[in-house]
Amino acid sequence: MSIIRARGLTKRFGDLVAVAGIDFDIQEGECFGFLGPNGAGKTSTIRMIYGASPVTAGEVWVNGKDVRRCPREIKAAVGVVPQENNLDPDLSVIQNLLVYARYFSIPGAIARDRAREVLELLQLWDRRDSHTESLSSGMKRRLVIARGLINQPKVLILDEPTTGLDPQARHMVWQKLRQLKAQGVTLILTTHYMEEASHLCDRLAILDKGSVLVTGTPSEVISQYVGEEVLELAPRPEGREAIVSWLEQHGLETELVEDMIYVFGRDSSGLPQPPGVFDKVVRRRATLEDVFLRLTGRALRE
Amino acid sequence: MTSQSLLSLSAWRVWQRNWDVFMRLWRVELWPGFLEPVIILLAMGFGLGAFVQPISGQSYLQFIAPGLVASSAMFSASFECTYGSYIRMSFQKTYDAILATPVMVEDVVTGEVLWGATRALFSGGVVLVVITAFGLVQSPAALLVLALLFLQGLAFSSLSLFFTGLAPSIYTFNYYFTLFITPLFFFSGIFFPLEQLPAVFQTISWFTPLTHAVNLYRALVLGQVFWDLAWDLAWLLMFTGIFVVLCQVVMRRRLIV
Ligand SMILES: Nc1ncnc2c1ncn2[C@@H]1O[C@H](COP(=O)(O)OP(=O)(O)O)[C@@H](O)[C@H]1O
Ligand SMILES: [Mg+2]
Repeated sequence: MSIIRARGLTKRFGDLVAVAGIDFDIQEGECFGFLGPNGAGKTSTIRMIYGASPVTAGEVWVNGKDVRRCPREIKAAVGVVPQENNLDPDLSVIQNLLVYARYFSIPGAIARDRAREVLELLQLWDRRDSHTESLSSGMKRRLVIARGLINQPKVLILDEPTTGLDPQARHMVWQKLRQLKAQGVTLILTTHYMEEASHLCDRLAILDKGSVLVTGTPSEVISQYVGEEVLELAPRPEGREAIVSWLEQHGLETELVEDMIYVFGRDSSGLPQPPGVFDKVVRRRATLEDVFLRLTGRALRE
Repeated sequence: MTSQSLLSLSAWRVWQRNWDVFMRLWRVELWPGFLEPVIILLAMGFGLGAFVQPISGQSYLQFIAPGLVASSAMFSASFECTYGSYIRMSFQKTYDAILATPVMVEDVVTGEVLWGATRALFSGGVVLVVITAFGLVQSPAALLVLALLFLQGLAFSSLSLFFTGLAPSIYTFNYYFTLFITPLFFFSGIFFPLEQLPAVFQTISWFTPLTHAVNLYRALVLGQVFWDLAWDLAWLLMFTGIFVVLCQVVMRRRLIV
């Protein structure tokens, strides 16, 4: 049974359509990712799931409950890690958790036990009495994740959980998220790091301009939209035209980007390398990044 | 649990959050509220008061003392629910964090108003203690001032939060204080009887909330309670009722997008 179900989910801000009537189903216990460039509508979508933002049209159910009818119940069952670290700067690390637990009406003694548990999980117990302002950005992010776990949610919603973190901190967060998933927590995350998505997500949806372009497992999506193999060619300018027509004659799928030529191979039989002189030739497996760039284009969004 | 009891409980959670922060900082925050009335009493009461004839048989010090309880409560609730609430809303994103929990927007607004009223009660209560120490409280009826301070606090908190819900930036509050709160401080009968003013200003003054708080506190502190005070009380209750609703409307519009 799907734990989250959306049909025709729409969000408008005045004339701007942020989410244009999308459908999705998220299964219990899976990690589902929303991918998309900035402004694609990822944040708007997940804010509607946990009732922070009113649904303009369409419907979304969490645990079989309509978000519009039962916002309190749904918010009580869901953990949220928002895009911005909105920690309470007036309170210490542990007070942030205890005060937050109180919003869920979790009794004090239980809240203290849980606060210790989640701080230990995210390796922040030693910093429990620090001011939140004195934490590094990685620690702040971990504290926000710890806060999102204080109500022992069945569903944890994370909006760009690792944006702005260094690789060490990012890998630590990934490891904790995998641990939570192993414990049966359903994870919903947004990201624009393709590596993060392929690392964590069982299934994903690529969003652009408020619409879902594709849904599936990372490997399904990659083989459907790019194939198996990518050849990255950086030809010398004088030989470029000959190479392009050679690729065309051989019926290969190509994308020309500035000085680069990308060749996509549908199967693992091995792409032929065109004759000519190159500054650089890279042969590699297709990734989600290839899918993402092919579907959403290479133009800058901001 | 009914939704009604859930609502009041959740508003209480928001109040508790502010209380916890206050308890971390009260050693710093309480002093201005204590020192300011003492300074005003010394400067106006003793300094200026030496040149002022008794008003209705009272020394100038005695005349201004009850009004300072009211003005302290007004400033306290107003600061809390303008600058304080705005910082929590726009800079610290505290409300956004709270709204991801079972607490709803109406609870946040109610909790903030109740907290502003609590701050008013503390500040006004401190001044009441100070003027008692100066021997300026003539009747045990002054204890009722504490209950009325909470009501006056609700009036100014809800009015301030209404303004906060509309304020485009934090600098807008300079206008609120310069053009509204400070004039109330001077023209609500704290420093001179309103009969000194031209009739039109008396009328305007009657339509503002501080005047009624000053009337009530002066009567209770002096132990001279008359039935016409019921008008002041009724006026404050009505004003509070209106703005408690209005601040909910504008804050909801601002926070729920
Ligand atoms: N509160 C808001 N008011 C007006 N427009 C908004 C608001 N929030 C988001 N938008 C717009 O909606 C679109 C989608 O934004 P968002 O959901 O934040 O995208 P993402 O999280 O994918 O970057 C953007 O064009 C953004 O500018
Ligand atoms: Mg976003």
